[in-house]
Amino acid sequence: MSYIKSNFRHPNAKVNDLGFTMREYEGALSTLCAGCGHDSISAAISKAYFEMNIEPHRIAKTSGIGCSSKTPAYYLNKAHGFNSVHGRMPSVTTGANMANRDLQYIGVSGDGDTASIGMGQFAHVVRRNLNMIYIVMNNGCYGLTKGQDSATADIGSASKKGLPNQFSSIDLCQLALQLGAGYVARSFSGDKNQLIPLIKGAIEHKGFAIIDVISPCVTFNNTAASTKGYEYVRDHLDATGTIDFVPERQELKIIHPEGTAKEVQLHDGSKLVLKKNTHDYDLSSKREAMDVIESVREENKILTGLIYLHEDPTDTHEKINSVDKPLNSLSQEELCPGSNKLDALNEAMR
Amino acid sequence: MKETNIKDYNYFHKVIDCQYACPAHTPVPEYIRMIAAGRYDDAYMINWESNVFPGVLGRTCDRPCEPACRRGRVDEEPVAICRLKRVAADNKNNITNRLPKIPSQKNGKKIALIGGGPASLTVARDLMPLGYDVELYDDQFKAGGFMRSQIPSFRLPETVLDEEVNYILDMGVTTHLKETVTSLKSMLDKDYDAIFIGTGAPRARDLPKLEGRKTADANVHLGIDWLANVAFEHTEEIGKKVLVLGGGNTAMDCCRTARRIGGIDVRIVVRSPKADMKASPWEIEDAEHEGIPMYENHVPKAFVCEKGKLVGMTFERVKAEYAENGRRTLVPTGEPDVLMECDDVLMALGQMNAFPWIERDLGIEFNDWDMPEVDKTTFQTSLSNVFVGGDAAWGPENVITAVAHGHQAAISIDKFCKDEDTSKRPIPGTTLISQKMGFHDWLYNAPVSDDLRYVVPQVDTDLALSNRKIEVEKGFTLEQGLKEVQRCLNCDVQTVFTQDLCIECDACEDICPTNCINFVDNADEDILRNNLKMPADNLEQSLQVSGELKTKRVMVKDENVCLHCGLCSERCPTGAWDMRKFLLNEAKAG
Repeated sequence: MSYIKSNFRHPNAKVNDLGFTMREYEGALSTLCAGCGHDSISAAISKAYFEMNIEPHRIAKTSGIGCSSKTPAYYLNKAHGFNSVHGRMPSVTTGANMANRDLQYIGVSGDGDTASIGMGQFAHVVRRNLNMIYIVMNNGCYGLTKGQDSATADIGSASKKGLPNQFSSIDLCQLALQLGAGYVARSFSGDKNQLIPLIKGAIEHKGFAIIDVISPCVTFNNTAASTKGYEYVRDHLDATGTIDFVPERQELKIIHPEGTAKEVQLHDGSKLVLKKNTHDYDLSSKREAMDVIESVREENKILTGLIYLHEDPTDTHEKINSVDKPLNSLSQEELCPGSNKLDALNEAMR
Repeated sequence: MKETNIKDYNYFHKVIDCQYACPAHTPVPEYIRMIAAGRYDDAYMINWESNVFPGVLGRTCDRPCEPACRRGRVDEEPVAICRLKRVAADNKNNITNRLPKIPSQKNGKKIALIGGGPASLTVARDLMPLGYDVELYDDQFKAGGFMRSQIPSFRLPETVLDEEVNYILDMGVTTHLKETVTSLKSMLDKDYDAIFIGTGAPRARDLPKLEGRKTADANVHLGIDWLANVAFEHTEEIGKKVLVLGGGNTAMDCCRTARRIGGIDVRIVVRSPKADMKASPWEIEDAEHEGIPMYENHVPKAFVCEKGKLVGMTFERVKAEYAENGRRTLVPTGEPDVLMECDDVLMALGQMNAFPWIERDLGIEFNDWDMPEVDKTTFQTSLSNVFVGGDAAWGPENVITAVAHGHQAAISIDKFCKDEDTSKRPIPGTTLISQKMGFHDWLYNAPVSDDLRYVVPQVDTDLALSNRKIEVEKGFTLEQGLKEVQRCLNCDVQTVFTQDLCIECDACEDICPTNCINFVDNADEDILRNNLKMPADNLEQSLQVSGELKTKRVMVKDENVCLHCGLCSERCPTGAWDMRKFLLNEAKAG
């Protein structure tokens, strides 16, 4: 039996600004099926945080139940984590975020965990615009229970069982758009060049960011008749444009020809540079984004890339005017200001 | 880049750094796994087939394999390959029944071997099982050549050498010992079908013109001759104060031998900086461990004699200056000369070949350096039935190189005797076999040990210095050896990529601990090397490049620091990666 990852790394392994190598951002060895798209997403998450120079202990990773929700074990071993109940990742993350707004929150979920059992929770965390990244590892099937069609399986798509799905599929990006998400993106586990910048952009986005990542299930849903297999997805990708993430400090080195690239300023001064292709629309227009998703679908293609961005959203904390500091840093006096303050408050209510 | 042709055996051979670096191409990882499995006889025989003297080489080899070892590029030190060979030799049982059978019906061809060192013995080893009559000539009373005369017994016990020399002589080699060949012509007249010359590089360099050389002669000794005299017990003692001139392995053997037979203040004095000394680092270390100081940048100036007897030497102080092309010059510092008192001086300044016994009118071409012209592939001279190998061919090398020469010369002699073209060389035997047993199950031990290199235990220094026949190194205990073998990365278990099966899920790329695997757009090699996740800046190491994949990209694997851990293959859903053991056995005569 092997299945032990060696402790040796490349002798010239890169070090980030914090002095860490990728090893500090990795997790345990995956126990998912060989070739699972989820593992690629895990690797992309590790890489994004490594390159963003974020200390792992400033990150909290959460998940629900399912193949996807096992993955927090496989990335960011040194981060905080909570593996919650099926479909309840959003409420656990909400609670954590309310208690400590200084951490960065990344929740992963699957198509079942989000679009079936967790649909109610998903809808409300989007509505509230909680400052978190919500990654859906979307494979269109219930891999952990042997591959039944999930709610994101397209009509007519057939998994290993061979029977075409008859029910309408849920498009999580459209749903999120409608519910008010400020950062909506779709990607493919097999395209890290696109996925990593999207995660970086989501890290910098203040508010709710959803990335719906199509992630083939090699065991149950990688058939020729499936619309979520490697081959089908690769053949039907249609990106909104290529994306570069430019950190605040770094000067923009690549200058795209005028009219072909667009810079999007994020709240901390870093930028997303979008190099447009055929879909040249206003990224900040919900209506146009909806329209592009629909028209690309009509061509039997899958729209990927950054689909919608609200550049200046108001997150939950701002909406409810909560205290600026994490609760664990509040002093006794701040938490319990005394009877005089209470009397004054009561007086004000009369 | 063009798709890598992995069917060319050279590609995977080069990945096995140790085997590729070994002149005899011993399948190192294969015998290391045999040791791990407790199959010491098998481990020994793999060595014996390839390098003929596993017990000797396990103690004394120059180990070109170890600097090449891949482990040295990911860990602090390479695998102790050499000393593991000794583990195999120390723990084997009686292997005589596994030695090749010698046909009683001879093939009627007679071969003479001149010189009884490792090159000649290897020729005998390869030709005897084919039915040749082999006759060996040596001027000493026992065969073994420089392995016997120059390697001191505290590094190589005589019993070990005798055992391995006798495996060959007992095949029925006719020996003419204590017989000095003084004329090649007379040998040619004896109607041998072929003659192999393996006489080594027997002439030590001297400092004939140095002031006082003649007067001091009684106490000035040529290193290799002196070592031989000690080995054959003609010399039994030396003065208390000894200077050893030279910085090679012979110098290390001289000083350590001197410490054992009377030398108390024994010093190494070299012209160059210590860093430029030619001796193997471990031999320098062993000498220093025995309290031998090394004086660098001292150029010998004169032998100082009083009343016709040596009393010391003077040296000029120099410093090394390096020109832009790396060429070194030793420039006097202007400091006053240094006088070192001494009773004896040992000169280990290098060796030369000498062929006063080869008549120059026999048809053998000699080059500008008065050396016979020898073909680099066939080891044949311009006189087609005369072959040369070992140090005799192109100057001093080492035992393992002599063995490699012997194998090649034997192939040539066999072909020559069969009237075949000696320039057409046989190709090595190779196999490539999948190691997959199950999901996470391999025929080899894939996980990589984190252990640091184990240190070979030695006897107490005082005891070692008390008797020149006490072997200094005790060899790994079996327990240590079995841990050291686990440090081997199994570089012969190759990562074989089948492009048609790949679905480009990136699983292999993500799991690889050392970022060897890349899926990128194809480009020319120099561009491609820089476009990888980790730039492939070790140009000596190959890139394995696939043909174009469905996405128009190619798979590029940098072989440089691959741990051969098999994770790429375990994470591959389609079997596009497989771990296959590549075994290469160098072709031999017959």
